[in-house]
Amino acid sequence: MLLTMLIVSFLAFLAFQIIPGDPTNTILGSNATPEKVAALRAQLGLDRPFFTRYIEWLTNFVQGDFGKSYSYSMSVTDMLRDKLPVTGLLTLIAAVLIVVISIPLGIFVAEHDGGALDRGLTVVNQVLMAVPPFFTGILLTYVFGLILRWFSPGGFVSPSVNFWGSVKYLIFPAVSIALPRIAMTVKMLRSGILAELNKDYVRTSYSRGNDRHETLYRHVLRNAVVPTVTFLAMTIADIVAGSVVIEQVFAIPGLGRLLLSSISNRDYPVVQAIIVILACWVVLVNFLADIINQRLDPRLRLQ
Amino acid sequence: MLLHQKENRYLRIGIVLTAIVTLLAVVGYVWTPYDPTAMNAAAKYLPPCLSHPLGTDNFGRDILSRVMQGTGTTFFISLCTVFIGALVGVIVGALTGYFGGWIDEAIMRLNDAVTAFPSILLALVFITLLGFGKYNVILALGVAFIPSYARVIRSEFARHREMNYVKSARLMGASHGRIMFRHIMPNTLPVLLPTLVIGFNNAVLAEASMSYLGIGVKPPDVSLGYMLSESQSYMSAAPWYMLFTGMTIVLLILGVSLIGEGLQQRGG
Repeated sequence: MLLTMLIVSFLAFLAFQIIPGDPTNTILGSNATPEKVAALRAQLGLDRPFFTRYIEWLTNFVQGDFGKSYSYSMSVTDMLRDKLPVTGLLTLIAAVLIVVISIPLGIFVAEHDGGALDRGLTVVNQVLMAVPPFFTGILLTYVFGLILRWFSPGGFVSPSVNFWGSVKYLIFPAVSIALPRIAMTVKMLRSGILAELNKDYVRTSYSRGNDRHETLYRHVLRNAVVPTVTFLAMTIADIVAGSVVIEQVFAIPGLGRLLLSSISNRDYPVVQAIIVILACWVVLVNFLADIINQRLDPRLRLQ
Repeated sequence: MLLHQKENRYLRIGIVLTAIVTLLAVVGYVWTPYDPTAMNAAAKYLPPCLSHPLGTDNFGRDILSRVMQGTGTTFFISLCTVFIGALVGVIVGALTGYFGGWIDEAIMRLNDAVTAFPSILLALVFITLLGFGKYNVILALGVAFIPSYARVIRSEFARHREMNYVKSARLMGASHGRIMFRHIMPNTLPVLLPTLVIGFNNAVLAEASMSYLGIGVKPPDVSLGYMLSESQSYMSAAPWYMLFTGMTIVLLILGVSLIGEGLQQRGG
């Protein structure tokens, strides 16, 4: 896991070193004198060798110092401080929605396999998976924001000012993010359980007098849920990327919007920091999923 | 038997839906009912009617014409993206999977690190480096999707490498290139085809997201995502604009994903 994070951080650092265009251009404008450019390069430390800068950047990063923004004379850490909780909260709500809805629903659908409800839900699922989150977001804004007036689009309050107000505003964005992912998880869990139900140990369990319900909850679920946990981890890691778009739809001042504006401003230290933080998040979630799976299925510990 | 019917149904509905949207895009290349960029102050915010089946937008432009053109752009970008990603991905995957060794190890480690980024983020980074515009979107997305193809193809090649038919071919003196592309390649198709289809969908979604965010295609190019971001500002005056544009994206993705589903079920 650490190795992956290290490679990611190195790639992110490398990517922003080899791009054409010097950051001094962004800061000083194109008609700066060569002396000024040289002075600034020295001040930013750009005149030193690549690996020295990478090591220095990495040690600072680990200590929570993400460098200075080019466009604003602020430290990146300060810029991120009030953005992180917003995106974090959005991710949390969406993740809770996904887990709480999709797992019971997936089990229910698998238990009633072939019934009218199962068939109906399969169709709904297929359609939901095809709706991009930002379109759901726009539709929700239109229906609940403009027609029903349940919330005022653009009226986001920061969680540090009014926590529950913030949560209330974030419900709709979270739903937009969660809907297609719930559909995918339900489908995944359903097919996982159904595949598991065909195995020999299920027949053994029936032959020992257990009914379908007992077999499902005592034996099958534990096995069937393993790939779903892996999938959920990928999904939850992916939410942060999805929130880049959703934050734009609902005008939420989070990490995603900062990333976008930094991309437009070519503010590389900020982009770099956000990318590496997100990548670490992804690696971390996957790592946690591996641990959960090893608890669920001890056989995995041997690998 | 039941499964067989179901498989056909997925494929059939998928093909019909995709055909409709494809037709829209292809016709849009040669003919649109109105000039997609012609403004008409007298016909602003018209709801759907006979002369404008999908209504008009804030400049009085015909939405059907714009949707046709936008679908074309989205289609073109997505196809090119899949082509680049799959071409490079298949070559890398085939070589590493077939030959193995430390290069394979190294590339797969790199692959793991790259897939730690959600591919849309990766595309965002590339687009930062390249600048905006249609061809840069293609390049950014194409590169961002390479690892996903490489991974699938690699595992297929690694699986087939030790199989008897490959060993026999080798004994008969077939060259590595011939074994890889004439013997193993056709056997990976059941896995490759659904991957391509899913990749196309991801490309559509990614392109739409990027253009929606304003870091994708630039005017005068129009894509569905770009139109959606435009329509959001006029949502209360012209909700049909947003609705029809979004519905086209949904139809396209739904159709293609049903085809993928059908192919996957047929493959096993």
